[in-house]
Amino acid sequence: MTITTTNPERSDDALVTIDKETVAKVAKLARIKITEAEQEKFAGELTGIMNWIEQLSEVDTDGVEPLTSVVDVTLHQRKDEITDGDIRDKVLSNAPEAQEGFFVVPKVVE
Amino acid sequence: MSDLTNLTITEALDSLKKKEITSVELTEAHIQAMEQNRHLNAYIVETPELALDQARASDARRSGGDVGVIEGIPMGMKDLYCTAGVQTTAASKILEGFKPEYESTVSKNMLDEGMVMLGKLNLDEFAMGSSNETSGFGGVQNPWKRKGDDTVLVPGGSSGGSSAAVAARIAMGATGTDTGGSIRQPAAFTGICGIKPTYGRCSRWGIVAFASSLDQAGPMARTVEDCAVMLQAMAGYDAKDSTSVNCEVPDYRSLLTGDIRGMKVGIPKEYRIDGISDEISKLWDDGIAWLKDAGAEIVDISLPHTKYALPAYYIIAPAEASSNLARYDGVRYGLRVAPEGGNLIDMYEATRAAGFGDEVKRRIMIGTYVLSAGFYDAYYNKARKLRKLIWQDFDNAYKDVNVILTPTAPSAAFGVGEKSDDQIAMYLNDVFTVTTNLAGLPGMSIPAGLDANGLPLGLQLIGRPFDEGTVMNVAKVMEKAANFTAMPEMAQKKAA
Repeated sequence: MTITTTNPERSDDALVTIDKETVAKVAKLARIKITEAEQEKFAGELTGIMNWIEQLSEVDTDGVEPLTSVVDVTLHQRKDEITDGDIRDKVLSNAPEAQEGFFVVPKVVE
Repeated sequence: MSDLTNLTITEALDSLKKKEITSVELTEAHIQAMEQNRHLNAYIVETPELALDQARASDARRSGGDVGVIEGIPMGMKDLYCTAGVQTTAASKILEGFKPEYESTVSKNMLDEGMVMLGKLNLDEFAMGSSNETSGFGGVQNPWKRKGDDTVLVPGGSSGGSSAAVAARIAMGATGTDTGGSIRQPAAFTGICGIKPTYGRCSRWGIVAFASSLDQAGPMARTVEDCAVMLQAMAGYDAKDSTSVNCEVPDYRSLLTGDIRGMKVGIPKEYRIDGISDEISKLWDDGIAWLKDAGAEIVDISLPHTKYALPAYYIIAPAEASSNLARYDGVRYGLRVAPEGGNLIDMYEATRAAGFGDEVKRRIMIGTYVLSAGFYDAYYNKARKLRKLIWQDFDNAYKDVNVILTPTAPSAAFGVGEKSDDQIAMYLNDVFTVTTNLAGLPGMSIPAGLDANGLPLGLQLIGRPFDEGTVMNVAKVMEKAANFTAMPEMAQKKAA
């Protein structure tokens, strides 16, 4: 078995190209602000990683059931009962900003 | 009495039992050692006062005849475990200052069994890395150096603070977590033992989540027996983690019989990859010979989908991470960056831009990309199908063998900065370890020898589901045969 350590981002026949626009879109979905220069950097890096991942397409997985749990157990159902609560101050204790029992965020509704 | 910090956990438990030492003495020795080794940057937060309080309480319990499994033993806690009232960061700036109001189940189990906590150990940010270089609080130095070479080496990752602390004798044992190799690879890089138990063996409740279907807690210590003692304290069913498995935790120490006659050990041909050193191949052959000498039967096996484990992992783990890390939004805990006049979305975006490091951003973006509309089937489902095939490979192999022997990592510890610019080269560190995470199996690394530069190398044993006992029993046989007594030079000086 051979594992390639070359970064496919540098090859001409790259299968997947993640361009700056895609990076910007994904960053927006992930709610991470990134600069123009970072878009460029991440585009190169993500293209490299995704092309390395692309080797999975060699494997025929038709008819294979996706694995959802490694352990063959049925999730048990717990009783529907309240086991904690009345810990408002604990819940808020690490909030960057809290007031009168609420988390405070920038104004959402005009 | 020799230096207290050089004792193993089982030796210390013995001395405590015989009243030759107290937990306070043991803890003070480690606090002093911790202070003298701050250059390693192994701890993000030291908790010496808490440790001494716990040590005093432990000594009192012991006088009263109430003795836990790890009673009075000073240990370090990977800073991914939430610890009540003690800052928990996951080595991310986005959680700086976060003091949980609750205790993770595993750390609580350990406290209930008498642990003394020395502090919170450094790691790769959100456990994403193989060198500890992605930590938001600076990298960790490996206490080991190449012979006659002062280059600073990485301690492995992500549990790099844990591995460095145990190897440097500034903790008797440490907790780790392992999502793709994060206990075993750092254990190999620092000449210590570490076991990733079966998925579901230890509760994940209260451990900062990275990839929930892969994450598993486990012990890191200097001997197999010490790992067995620690795992005893850590493991167990927990109703608060729906994936925690309700099956009996055996008495692990009693399973370390040293008798492996007739046991079948699988050697997977796919792990003989190009690019691993002759030294590691040779060490693997040594391991095979040791087990044969002990009466085990060696069986050649095939795990045909091994090659695809890492790329499948780099879909599944980022996908889960992108979901898990959505919670860091500057509202409920941790960092908040709110641009002047900005709205809520601006606050989310600025907070996450400032709080996450580059590797975390890369993985969140890969995860978001592979889960985004139109790609879900091509990437995420494809990876989960590969995961099934990898799981089946092991399932088939375990019809013939009891345990599988492989190297732990493809190289010894490397220098700081040597791989940090090449993501794929870094990811390849986990090529031998990641398969067990995908299949949910227990895997253990033990130090088996030194390379030509005098750096430790590890061998890995992979077991059947929930058969940590066999893994550790075989590991104990190899430990004896390997007779690994080397120590980092800095720890030798202290011992002298």
